[in-house]
Amino acid sequence: MSQADLTMGGHPPGMITGLPPFSVSAKKLAIWLFIIADAATFAACLVAYGFLRNGAAHWPKPFHNIVNVSIMTFILLTSSLTMLLGVRAAKAGDKSGAFRWTMITAVGGILFALLHIREWLGLIGEGMKLFSNPWGDPLFGASFFSITGLHLLHVTGGVIALIVVGLRYLRGRYNADDLEVTGLYWHFVDLVWMFVVPFVYLLNLGQ
Amino acid sequence: MVDAPDVHEHEPIARYTDPVARYLLIYLCLLVLAALQFVIAFSHADTSAKFERMLLIAIAEAGLALAFFMHLWAEKRGFMLFVVLFTGFVLVAMQYGWTDSYRMEVGAPYTQPKVGVVPQ
Repeated sequence: MSQADLTMGGHPPGMITGLPPFSVSAKKLAIWLFIIADAATFAACLVAYGFLRNGAAHWPKPFHNIVNVSIMTFILLTSSLTMLLGVRAAKAGDKSGAFRWTMITAVGGILFALLHIREWLGLIGEGMKLFSNPWGDPLFGASFFSITGLHLLHVTGGVIALIVVGLRYLRGRYNADDLEVTGLYWHFVDLVWMFVVPFVYLLNLGQ
Repeated sequence: MVDAPDVHEHEPIARYTDPVARYLLIYLCLLVLAALQFVIAFSHADTSAKFERMLLIAIAEAGLALAFFMHLWAEKRGFMLFVVLFTGFVLVAMQYGWTDSYRMEVGAPYTQPKVGVVPQ
């Protein structure tokens, strides 16, 4: 059977041809649709946070040290680059190189998560809870923990996905396209952080 | 006569064959933009000015990441427009609630008026 038979299926023009929409594979289209939906979720969280911040009489500014968040940002940006190199290696057929870069990315994600948890513990130790804190508006904790927690959940899920997909790619069960789809998710997690840092951390720096 | 379909093959458009130097350049740009946000955070501008500048930088960072790291620029134009316009519309429509937020500033129910703001 020819490719034309497969794609056109003998149907008259205008009917379903079997071609993927936008010439994008089903997996890639699915992850992009997920990314669009997830972008709306994070945007809704950030808008709600801005809404609360704008309406609060005394919004806390508890951050004095930016070293931790700077390192976290650097790690996440670098992990995006290593992910890109992993996908590039996979597309070029370099299986071990792709696996190595993917695992380096996963290690970056683990480091990011550990630093994030350390920061959370520090803030909790200073008295910050979900609905109370020693500095001002009690909803600061709820908004901070929900936004950064949602992001941390994405990072954790991403690390698990990177390890699972990386291992299955190495064993031949998954191909380079699967690694690319996981990479798109990881870049999105990085992209969200670019908005979380300025609005949740940097605008709440105590001068 | 039967028209040929627009696309004849299932080959992916984004092939990840860019030179590594380009990826490194984008990575450095992202690092510089991120650093710029930290610089703005310590500037003496007021909060709204800081917010506007940081938002612009974050959008620039997101654009670079989308276009080059996520290879949206290399996909078909129709797909790129679908992602950008659809997401953009949803995100812009979400900003409709801000007028209510400003109303809250002057003492709507369940809020405390900000110090120095005269309720209308």
